Amino acid sequence: MKSLETHLRAQRAAGVKSLVPYFMAGLTPDWVQHVHAAVAGGASAVEIGLPFSDPMIDGVVIQEAGLRSLASGTTFDTTCSALGDQELAVPLVAMTYYNIFHHYGLRASARRLQDAGISGTIVPDLSVEEAEPWREACHDGDVSTVFLVAPSTPPERVIRIVAMSEGFVYASARMAVTGQAETVGDAPDVVARVRDACDLPVLAGIGIATPALAHEAAQSADGVIVGTALVRRILDGASPLDTERAVAEFRRALA
Amino acid sequence: MAEQREFMTAPDEFGRFGDFGGRFVPEALMPACLELEEAFQDAWADPDFLAEYEGVLSEFAGRPTPVTFLQRLSESLGLRIYAKREDLAHTGSHKINNVVGQTLLTARMGKSRVIAETGAGQHGVATATAAARMGLECTVFMGEVDTKRQELNVFRMELLGATVVPVTSGSRTLKDAVNEALREWVSCVDTTHYCLGSVMGPHPFPWMVREMQSIIGREAARQLRDLRVGVPDYVVACVGGGSNAAGIFAGFANTGARLIGVEAAGGAAISHGTPGVLHGMRSHIIQDEFGQIEEAHSISAGLDYPGIGPEHAYLSAIGRATYVSVGDEPIIGALRTLSELEGIIPALESAHAVAWLIREAGREIPHGSSVLLNLSGRGDKDVAQVLSILRGAS
Repeated sequence: MKSLETHLRAQRAAGVKSLVPYFMAGLTPDWVQHVHAAVAGGASAVEIGLPFSDPMIDGVVIQEAGLRSLASGTTFDTTCSALGDQELAVPLVAMTYYNIFHHYGLRASARRLQDAGISGTIVPDLSVEEAEPWREACHDGDVSTVFLVAPSTPPERVIRIVAMSEGFVYASARMAVTGQAETVGDAPDVVARVRDACDLPVLAGIGIATPALAHEAAQSADGVIVGTALVRRILDGASPLDTERAVAEFRRALA
Repeated sequence: MAEQREFMTAPDEFGRFGDFGGRFVPEALMPACLELEEAFQDAWADPDFLAEYEGVLSEFAGRPTPVTFLQRLSESLGLRIYAKREDLAHTGSHKINNVVGQTLLTARMGKSRVIAETGAGQHGVATATAAARMGLECTVFMGEVDTKRQELNVFRMELLGATVVPVTSGSRTLKDAVNEALREWVSCVDTTHYCLGSVMGPHPFPWMVREMQSIIGREAARQLRDLRVGVPDYVVACVGGGSNAAGIFAGFANTGARLIGVEAAGGAAISHGTPGVLHGMRSHIIQDEFGQIEEAHSISAGLDYPGIGPEHAYLSAIGRATYVSVGDEPIIGALRTLSELEGIIPALESAHAVAWLIREAGREIPHGSSVLLNLSGRGDKDVAQVLSILRGAS
């Protein structure tokens, strides 16, 4: 079993809900400090966005963060170099679009991720139908490939997706791009459908904007992914300490 | 016995043409792509649907479009040039063929709304037109930069009852309009069909749009037979995403005709791009050394796209079609030449194909060759731009 799954299963066994905040690599000069702050605030793992010029499943906040990051010269390599030096107590999961790895080379990407201490990837435009070359490239190392299940996914596809997903299954809470919402949407239903199909940890994400929503979503899910709500704050000038406090608030709501 | 190879058939079960194509979309959209594939296959095998599609094209869209022998241009270049007159189709370009098919399919799937992306506005106007005819709600995404460059087309779409949404993300042009349409589609996929405008995107779009455009090539093959020209030596079409080229190539892929796609130099995905994944497909993409997509730049907004349909990437890879590029400089001259010699003002997109003929007549193209030129659209939409360029130059 790869380390991401081991870690998240251990959390579940200990009765701890997983909290996975998302940060855009290179968004601010001190972006790595935000990652550390999130860990200090109680993150179970941290999702690292690698910016892409054409983020088709991201809403305006993550789009803006990605463009700003690209404008300051962020690349896959600079991100891995910045993270490779860090001692972090939790797993890191890279979130990006397939062209970044496709262009860098699949095997080279998998090696680079592993060398930087990144133990999983979420690549939303990589369908299970197209994923075999990427899974093959990651097969021998410790980089897990996480797949999403959407509210629109029919039961037979859920079975196929969870069979390929490693680490956890990302339960998409709504038919929407990333952003902030006022309800947990379809999260309970999607989580239940994933649970029927497998025993992997299930994390809910997309639109989980507040600690209260995180609490509600975690009634069914093993944990939550919180992206836009934190990135919005950083775009507005939040310091690492602000991030730590915000993450800690989510952590308290999950207790 | 040597195997007889057939070109431009259906892609494989994953929607691939060789190494290109496929389906690189968020899971939320996968069920819709699968549904669309099934609906298209079913409709395309249904004689009633095909009869309705062809009926609408003839009664509403003005098909068949004629083939015109371009006598004076032929004499001046030492070639025999026949033009397939997609410029005479309703709404002024070949785009109508695809949207008639897709809006009929939308209704057949029980959906009440279409969304579309547009660059210059040709596909947006065509979609708005077909949607009005079918009583479908229509929203068109258009880069904010393009809404300003093509204000009249925005107004045309609005006259046709469509809502035009200016896209302010990214570079605010065609590729961002595609991103925004895909984002919108995620949120409304139950009720809405994404009427994609070219032979690009995730499977089944590249195949489906080629099939819906192949009427151009089928008609032209028949018309050239009737004119006793038979199979031409060359079939030439401009290529952005590549729908008009795919449509005319489809009629000649299994003949001895040389197939030439003419890209705009600033958006030449085959000539200057590398394999990549964008907008749901693996194809040739113009990208930087880090895999970030670059913006295309062309005098013609319709060719301003950093990718190309995956089947073109495949036809190039196997050598069945050749892709060349032409810069901005000779385009206005080519437009004037065709206007003055033949009384046809071509769209700036189509003028790229004309410019290549002018450049290569007697060079790449031996004198005396027969050429079928796909005149994909008319230049009315470009007249203001041409005027400002010519005034700026004088």
